[in-house]
Amino acid sequence: MNSTPNAPFIARVTKVIADSRKIPQDTVTLDKTFDELKIDSLDGINILFAIEAEFEIDISDDDARKIGSVREAVEGAWTLVAAKEAAAAAES
Amino acid sequence: MDVGGGERGSCGGRIVTRRVAVTGIGAISAFGHTFPDLWNGVSQGRSAIRPMTLVPPGTLRFSSAAEVPDFDPARYFDERDSAFLDRFAQFAAVAAREAVHGSGLEFRQELGERTAIILGTSAGGTTSENEEYRRLYALNQPRLAPLTIPRVMGNAAASRVSLEFGITGPVYTVSTACSSANHAIGQAFWMVRDGHAEAALAGGSEAPFALGFLRAWEALRVVSPDNCRPFSLDRRGLILGEGAGVLVLEPLDRAQARGATVLGEIVGFGMSSDASHITQPSARGAERAMRAALADAHLSHQAIDYINAHGTGTLANDAAETEAIRAVFGAPTGSLPMVSSTKSMHGHALGAAGALEAAVTLGALRHGLVPPTANYTAPDPACDLDVVPNMPRRAAIELALSNSFAFGGLNAVLVFRANSTRSALDKANAG
Repeated sequence: MNSTPNAPFIARVTKVIADSRKIPQDTVTLDKTFDELKIDSLDGINILFAIEAEFEIDISDDDARKIGSVREAVEGAWTLVAAKEAAAAAES
Repeated sequence: MDVGGGERGSCGGRIVTRRVAVTGIGAISAFGHTFPDLWNGVSQGRSAIRPMTLVPPGTLRFSSAAEVPDFDPARYFDERDSAFLDRFAQFAAVAAREAVHGSGLEFRQELGERTAIILGTSAGGTTSENEEYRRLYALNQPRLAPLTIPRVMGNAAASRVSLEFGITGPVYTVSTACSSANHAIGQAFWMVRDGHAEAALAGGSEAPFALGFLRAWEALRVVSPDNCRPFSLDRRGLILGEGAGVLVLEPLDRAQARGATVLGEIVGFGMSSDASHITQPSARGAERAMRAALADAHLSHQAIDYINAHGTGTLANDAAETEAIRAVFGAPTGSLPMVSSTKSMHGHALGAAGALEAAVTLGALRHGLVPPTANYTAPDPACDLDVVPNMPRRAAIELALSNSFAFGGLNAVLVFRANSTRSALDKANAG
């Protein structure tokens, strides 16, 4: 995987956020913070839960705490997916 | 200050307001099966948080817990009785026995009818429920144990204690998550103070170590992966604990007349609801509960020497609680009371938390020794209080608050006073 998230990946994350928060996907842009999208701490936990399911990854509590914007959610998920794929490649 | 002998209006006319003494304390906790075990531990600043054993942590994000050590039900109950009792109800009975024994009270017919039992629990018999549902859902065994309902019901603990002591007055259970025990003790205090009961057993119990319940806590992302460090800059969450605490309450004059050892007094109780967010605490709600408790006690905030904090060790609670304490007690650090979170040592026992902390607060007042906030590493500007870091502190303290703030935004605060005739009684008892 590349070091920066590609457009389809970004779209998957923003769709998860939009679906979870029940808001139009086009409002979920990389420059938005969770505050701006009226995502509070409990909504945030639900969104991370949905992202974990979408990508079959495990976001630690410490990583979760660093996610407060759409960009941070996309980049956090990207890093974890990359790590998962690297681990799978190393095993095979 | 006058808190005794006055009259208080009520719907049904006028009722006498009495001073309320604590004459018995029972506690089973991660430190052991008795209140002295708990007090010796926290007063030395020791932590009872250890690797979790009751549920193999496996892939759970946390692996530390404050579990009651070496609990063998056969030591306390015959086989037939323990079949009826979930671990949370067993804990309540063990703590109640210690408290009642210490008080010297016997609940013969008349007193039994005029004695209340109010116990808190958050999850009731969740370990029994988890086990039976595992058989049903995972093992496909459609038949559940016939005693599942009486084991799981939230009032199982209060009912057991009622049966065991023949206490036939008002008996019920309060479930307000982490504030359960403080709500229970507060209501019992009011009942004795206002003449609705001649004695009361009050407290709470909890046994949360069931995989389903732990997974639910994990999903909320508030449990620390390593240790509980309340008010510290690097705090990472709470550590779940278990156990039970029970206090025996009775009118002070009656306790003195029968020569009972008065372990302290409850002098105030205040409640509030945040009505703002289901999990995010509000400093305003906590502030209003503390103010209500002080008003109920007819006390100025300046009279308070020590606060046993809710202090869960989560980012949100400790900052909000600090803001609330500073709002009530004023800005200059010099005049703020000492504040410590003993959850850093006995863990967060949820529905039992307020009861264990009431026991600890009474110990602190009685011994003039403030238990510390353990595991403290670095100050957080958002928690700018004297949190008595790591080392217990000798201090002549007379009045203390004990805070409980629950998920759901429900707050309950108790005010305790040291027994003013303590030294005289201690001399009498030494003989």
